[in-house]
Amino acid sequence: MNPVVKTCGIGAILVVAVLVLAPVIALLAQAETGGWAVGAWPAIRFTLLQASLSALISVVLAIPLARALMRRQFWGRGLMISLLGAPFLLPSIVAVLGLLAIWGRSGVMSDILAMAGLGPLDIYGLKGVLLAHVFFNLPLATRMLLQGWQAVPSEHFRLAAQLALAPRTRFALLEMPVLRGAVPSALLVIFMLSMSSFAVALALGGGPRASTIELAIYQALRFEFDLAAAAQLAIVQLLVGLAAAALAFHFGRAARFGGGLGAPFQNWDSRRWPRWLDGLVLVTAAAFTGLPLAAILLKGAAGLGLGLPAGLPMAWAISLLVALASTALALGLALALAFFIAASKRGDRIELFTLLLLATSPFVIGTGLFILINPVASPFALALPVTALVNAALGLPIMLRVIRPALARVNADYGLLAEGLGMAGRARFRLLTLPQIRSELGFATGLAAALSMGDLGVITLFAPPDVQTLPLLMYRQMGSYQMDAAAGSALILVASSFALFYIFDKGGRGAGTG
Amino acid sequence: MKKFLFAAAFSLPFGSAMAQTPELTVYTYDSFITEWGPGPQIKAAFEAECGCTLTFVGAGDGAALLSRLRLEGARSEADIVLGLDNSLMEQARDLGVFAPLAAAPAGLALPVDWSDDTFLPYDWGYLAFVYDNTKLQLVPTSFEALAESDLKIIIQDPRSSTPGLGLALWVKAAYGDDAARIWEGLNDNIVTVTKGWSESYGMFLEGEADMVLSYTTSPAYHLIAEDDPSKSAALFSEGHYMQIEVAAKLAGSEQDALADRFMAFITTEAFQRVIPETNWMYPATDVALPPLFEQMISPAPVAGPLTISDAGRKAVVNEWVRVLSQ
Repeated sequence: MNPVVKTCGIGAILVVAVLVLAPVIALLAQAETGGWAVGAWPAIRFTLLQASLSALISVVLAIPLARALMRRQFWGRGLMISLLGAPFLLPSIVAVLGLLAIWGRSGVMSDILAMAGLGPLDIYGLKGVLLAHVFFNLPLATRMLLQGWQAVPSEHFRLAAQLALAPRTRFALLEMPVLRGAVPSALLVIFMLSMSSFAVALALGGGPRASTIELAIYQALRFEFDLAAAAQLAIVQLLVGLAAAALAFHFGRAARFGGGLGAPFQNWDSRRWPRWLDGLVLVTAAAFTGLPLAAILLKGAAGLGLGLPAGLPMAWAISLLVALASTALALGLALALAFFIAASKRGDRIELFTLLLLATSPFVIGTGLFILINPVASPFALALPVTALVNAALGLPIMLRVIRPALARVNADYGLLAEGLGMAGRARFRLLTLPQIRSELGFATGLAAALSMGDLGVITLFAPPDVQTLPLLMYRQMGSYQMDAAAGSALILVASSFALFYIFDKGGRGAGTG
Repeated sequence: MKKFLFAAAFSLPFGSAMAQTPELTVYTYDSFITEWGPGPQIKAAFEAECGCTLTFVGAGDGAALLSRLRLEGARSEADIVLGLDNSLMEQARDLGVFAPLAAAPAGLALPVDWSDDTFLPYDWGYLAFVYDNTKLQLVPTSFEALAESDLKIIIQDPRSSTPGLGLALWVKAAYGDDAARIWEGLNDNIVTVTKGWSESYGMFLEGEADMVLSYTTSPAYHLIAEDDPSKSAALFSEGHYMQIEVAAKLAGSEQDALADRFMAFITTEAFQRVIPETNWMYPATDVALPPLFEQMISPAPVAGPLTISDAGRKAVVNEWVRVLSQ
């Protein structure tokens, strides 16, 4: 193995190990009393149920949407693909209010039903939780499937059209292998993301029936100060995440299609599938994700019309800096891990371990790091670096999940050729690897950047005086009755997150080829 | 900008050590320190007379404040904690990190008897269900009436929110062993339960429910700050749960004299007159109220003790979870 790859890889694994294990160990070491958190079992059951269903529904719905986006060329397609990233980056409370503006008891849909003399829509309960999680994750699933499809050389589709393959044969030969690679991966990421949902699950879940493990952790840390219970729950969450990841790895098989000439994709079989059906899928998806976003936009614009709160520019600048720092960190770690995994025999195990970051509760990471840092340094001084680090940790597994298959593909398709040509080190990265994984790299970096910008993160636990991020400002505004100002801040937050995502994503896809 | 932020992030501990003027650090909840909260005015008023720097640190909500103190232990940089309330007070006392008050508080005017040698009330309010008086005509006058009605309410979770905990304690104080029956009756009225007050109140303003758990003084915000008379609080015959917010001095404070001075400042007019129109609570002394506050309902406090032990609180919360999970 290349020594640089080896050193960086091992360093990155150590960082991941510290972030996954150290907080739990710190909690256990600090704990005074042991004992199971009472009533944890219903929370575990509900968490498993809602996370499995959220993942399943998001991915099942994403398949026709991704196929329609693949097949059709239309005005605004590139923008739509980018906009699909937007719900994923909404702070939870903003997403809840946006969804309620459409689906709530006095939302648009209820108003329409009222005109027909029907009672208001009642979305609260499991259905509300699923609605919100599908809203967040359907677009992410679609993008992950699209990335999978884009790995198929367009020559294959041309050949399939030339051979006039029956739809079923074509599906079995070209699409099924893509889905076998991408579907378990998307299921896994969405399962993990939904598992740690808490404010959304509670607000739309209609009551304590919708309690998740994450809520039990929050309660244990905030009200009971039962560190042992919090650590136990965190371990349960890690084990569930581990089991889910092992299952996904078992069933997921990345397809090998061989290299292509990089010809642009053309739609060779558009006439075989009814146009109106694809149109319907696209319009429905655009409305489902677009309407709540439009509601957020309208409310935010009205809020901004009242004037900028004094703290906003500063909070925005701090958030942007934290996001950029965290993105750079996540990108570095993800590349180090991806290259190390590509050269390692235990790649799956390393990625599995990294994926556990998605299953760690931010409260546990935050509290654990606080316990570790407090005896040696002021938590105030480290608030922003720690926030950036934890945000990077949350983005890292998603980045790796996107980048690793791309890297494996390049090595499988061009590895021998590159070795035959004696291409190695930096030249190989610049001339071969980077151009080939650019699209995935841009998408993954965009996600990490936007995620970090919009995430409240652990800054509340460290709470430095006079320094606040934009999400923190927004929550503080809401706590002071300033709902309109908060809507304005939310709009700026969402717009900035989206701009970050768009710049990286577009940069990756390259101008014009989107 | 980068340079400035770097300075902002890293200069804090060093800056305070090098400063000529002494610095007093007060941990409080987030909404206290926003530009709409009491923080900025109180900072200006105290700094004008103390020759010191007053630094507020926002640490989430009341419960977060408490867990922050537990995590920091003796290393806490706080001299004073401002923002715990009566439902968390006994837990806080058990930590053993607070120093007794230097002098008995002067001029307190609470609707209940108060004597405590450690915790000093700085404001108070009653929990209440707030509604839109242009939409709701038949306003329930008790928990029983609310449970029998078809009205939809949004409340906060006692496992994650201090007003949510207050509501669970309120029902328990009013109904004792019958509390479970009340919660069973309320179950079909509850649209949803949120993590904190902000989510609830935001959802109520969006029209998701007829009533929301908030404070009797919430309508004053809309009346004074937004010139909107459409919000009212429902008067319940059982009496209302009182949230008394308190401040206390840490025993480990290195600014002992300055901390005592701030504790004394809390009951002065300069502090108290800021409270009603920034924290939207009642002042702890008999300082004059803004005229529009007289339009607020003035309930009686619910019978029962003001504070609760850790075990008692756990029992009430567990009962709440058990009944509403059915």
